[in-house]
Amino acid sequence: MYSETQILKEASAGDIDGGELVINVGPQHPATHGVLHLVITLQGETIKKIEPHLGYIHRSIEKMCESLSYRQFIYVTSRMDYLSAHINNHACALCVEKGLQVEVPPRAKVIRVLMDELTRIASHELWLGAMAMDLGAFTPFFYAFREREAINEIMEETCGARLTMNYMVPGGVMFDLHPNFQKKVKAFITQFKKKVVEFDDLVTNNIIFQNRMKGIGVLSKEDAISYGCTGPVARASGVHCDIRKIYPYEIYDQLEFDEITESAGDSFARYMVRVREMHQSAKIIEQLIDNIPEGDYQAKTKAVLKLPKGEFYSRVETARGELGVYIVSEGGTTPYRIKFRSPGFSNLSALDHIARGGKIGDLMATMGTLDLVIPDIDR
Amino acid sequence: MFSLESITNAVQDWLNANFSPMWALIIQCAIVILLAMGLFATLGLVLVLMERKVAAHMQIRLGPNRVGPKGMFQTAADTLKLIMKEGLTPEGADKLLFNLAPFVVMIVSMLLLAPLAFSNGFQLWDLNIGVLFISAVSSVSVIGILMAGWASNNKYSLLGAMRSGAQIVSYELSAGLSIISIVVLAGSLQISDIINSQQDGWWIFKGHIPAIISFVIFIIAVTAETNRAPFDLAEAESELTAGFHTEYSGMKFALFFLAEYINIFIACAIGATLFLGGWMPLHIGHWQAFNHVMDYIPGVVWFFGKTFFLIFVIMWFRWTFPRLRIDQLLNLEWKYLLPISLFNLLLVTLIAIMGWHF
Amino acid sequence: MAFIKQYISEVFGAVRSLWKGMRTTGRYFVRPKEIITQQYPDNRDTLVLPERFRGEVVMPHDENNEHACTGCTACELACPNGTIKIITKFDITPEGKKKKALDTFIYHLELCTMCNLCIEACPTDAIKMAKNFEHSVYDRSKLTKRLNKPGSKIREGIE
Repeated sequence: MYSETQILKEASAGDIDGGELVINVGPQHPATHGVLHLVITLQGETIKKIEPHLGYIHRSIEKMCESLSYRQFIYVTSRMDYLSAHINNHACALCVEKGLQVEVPPRAKVIRVLMDELTRIASHELWLGAMAMDLGAFTPFFYAFREREAINEIMEETCGARLTMNYMVPGGVMFDLHPNFQKKVKAFITQFKKKVVEFDDLVTNNIIFQNRMKGIGVLSKEDAISYGCTGPVARASGVHCDIRKIYPYEIYDQLEFDEITESAGDSFARYMVRVREMHQSAKIIEQLIDNIPEGDYQAKTKAVLKLPKGEFYSRVETARGELGVYIVSEGGTTPYRIKFRSPGFSNLSALDHIARGGKIGDLMATMGTLDLVIPDIDR
Repeated sequence: MFSLESITNAVQDWLNANFSPMWALIIQCAIVILLAMGLFATLGLVLVLMERKVAAHMQIRLGPNRVGPKGMFQTAADTLKLIMKEGLTPEGADKLLFNLAPFVVMIVSMLLLAPLAFSNGFQLWDLNIGVLFISAVSSVSVIGILMAGWASNNKYSLLGAMRSGAQIVSYELSAGLSIISIVVLAGSLQISDIINSQQDGWWIFKGHIPAIISFVIFIIAVTAETNRAPFDLAEAESELTAGFHTEYSGMKFALFFLAEYINIFIACAIGATLFLGGWMPLHIGHWQAFNHVMDYIPGVVWFFGKTFFLIFVIMWFRWTFPRLRIDQLLNLEWKYLLPISLFNLLLVTLIAIMGWHF
Repeated sequence: MAFIKQYISEVFGAVRSLWKGMRTTGRYFVRPKEIITQQYPDNRDTLVLPERFRGEVVMPHDENNEHACTGCTACELACPNGTIKIITKFDITPEGKKKKALDTFIYHLELCTMCNLCIEACPTDAIKMAKNFEHSVYDRSKLTKRLNKPGSKIREGIE
């Protein structure tokens, strides 16, 4: 029998003698931002293979939803991609409305889009700070969080919560806007435009940052499509995949904004896509904030919702990519089966491909730009 | 005028009058050891607090503000916590090397204290090859880091140690070359000579642009040598969790931590001595009146003022820049800093030979 | 020669970009007014929470120790986590009829996700969200609360 020490010794000696070093990054690691576990095979500092191990935060949300009513299951989805909780809820609400054939009042539509875009900015701000921290720059994190805090305060005032708002209900939104909403959002947009220049000085144009990002983790257009990448990750490789443009929902077809794409497909392109997307979101908010139509914020729905027998699918563009909600209904008050197509899972699958051959430092940059939210991957 | 030299001379006279020469020497040694350890402890507490405060204010935070007025005793409380923690040795670690490593790192920084001149005549050991001693001893600290990384039986530690080895060995070169450029200008390796040569102005002003270039290179190189961000690859929190000291805890970790800050202090003190005149007040050529006014500020204030300014600059780097990658780090040294400093050394030599400096 | 020119411009561009970053952090360093730290336990008196903030479910009682809960269990059905448990009893009305009424409203704070669905479901506005957010207790059993006060009864005229 081997003692544990002997096994340890032999394991480490074998790894080093073979020239290959297997290290575990995570489940507790500062750069994985959650309980992602990557088993990395190294040759020196060069990455040979990455094997993600999932399931540390699997809560079987899909199964849970099967026992919840159509009003109840929406709140659970805030816990998947908690940084774009509004948009997740929005996708579920859209899917239920599709089944119920409810017409959402125009005011609710505008409120939903406003909240979605605010969430997108908040999510990208957090990503920007966290990614700069992955690269070793701590300070941008705090500047990014200051901007995000302004959005959180707006959310808190209107929705009553900061992170898991549960504001979207089938047929509209839960409350009307807070009277201060317009004033605060306008103040935020002004502040945002003024302060975003700091990130250019501090991060984007920094020579060290550019050298760390450019040409690292290149994902070609073909690979992006074959791995099923969506959102900013795919758009940085030149794939036109913005659901808001190609399958417009709510009032996105009436709004004026650009789909941001880059062609390089490297980490810097992914970075730039997200930074430019924040500006587009700000543009959308500016268009809508003075033109919120009057009227109901919620359509009249029955107390107990029953979807007709059939299958319903809706998709939205979250901050991370395409979120699909697929509901199979047997005609009862709870779904028969729910499937979420989460953007993080497919984006993670490209990690092994694009990080191979890079250094450990590159892995952190690449992983940072994939913008992984682990509960979104595990569900 | 206030001078630390008069105090040291008074102590020596008194000891020699009351004790036999050998006992006087032993008591002097004891006093010096106590002073050095006291300085180390104070520096550790002050620098850690300073770093946290500087970081906080750059990051629009308040920083530590709970323990004592304005959080002044925060680091003391942290030290107390570290002392009371269990110093764990992981299974499979090389016990001797693992426990020795923090002390090697610490001893190196203690040795480096010897040739530093805190004030006029207030110096432990004014040896005639002071600068050479500094650059020779400072390169030993990498052995401590390699020992720590290897003995920990942890792959993260090993990677961190190997990175540190490559980094320190490369950056020694440009640090050494930029030090040599001042040696060439001053014409001596002795610290006191170098300081005295700056009586009519500091080398950074007297040596034209080449001196400024070598000053910048020196600052970059010592930032790398002390494993500070943006060159903190040996620890690289987001990549290697804590690098070479991943497995250390309690007082052994505290020694590494303290050694890091002492090394920063010493590196900055050397920079201040060579480029900014050490304890020498700001003198400008033949402006006698101005020079006299400056002389009223004690040398020790000048010395610590300059050193802490450089420390602030290094902290400023840390809280602004992202970390470099390991190959970029070596590229920076071998492709940029080394050629520039070699060329710069030629220029400095030319200036020294032709006597073009002021 | 072009190589040297490019080399030098590279070095200067790099230094300029680094200086710009340092200028940003340096500017914040000398402006303590920009500090955003909230000194939380100290600012408790001045802390203003928005009125819609969802802290915990409470049942407001008026001065006569009367609430508005009819014991209809709509909130219990609306709750996704089984946070609310309602025990009903039968009161005898003056006319001699049996009437369903609330006996105990049990609220498990430890299970609650503050989703607001129970408040939306309540037909008589008997429960609402309170702003209290400091929920930590030393004993887990303290998190299970009885929301209707002892001896309270339903307000007149609420069906």
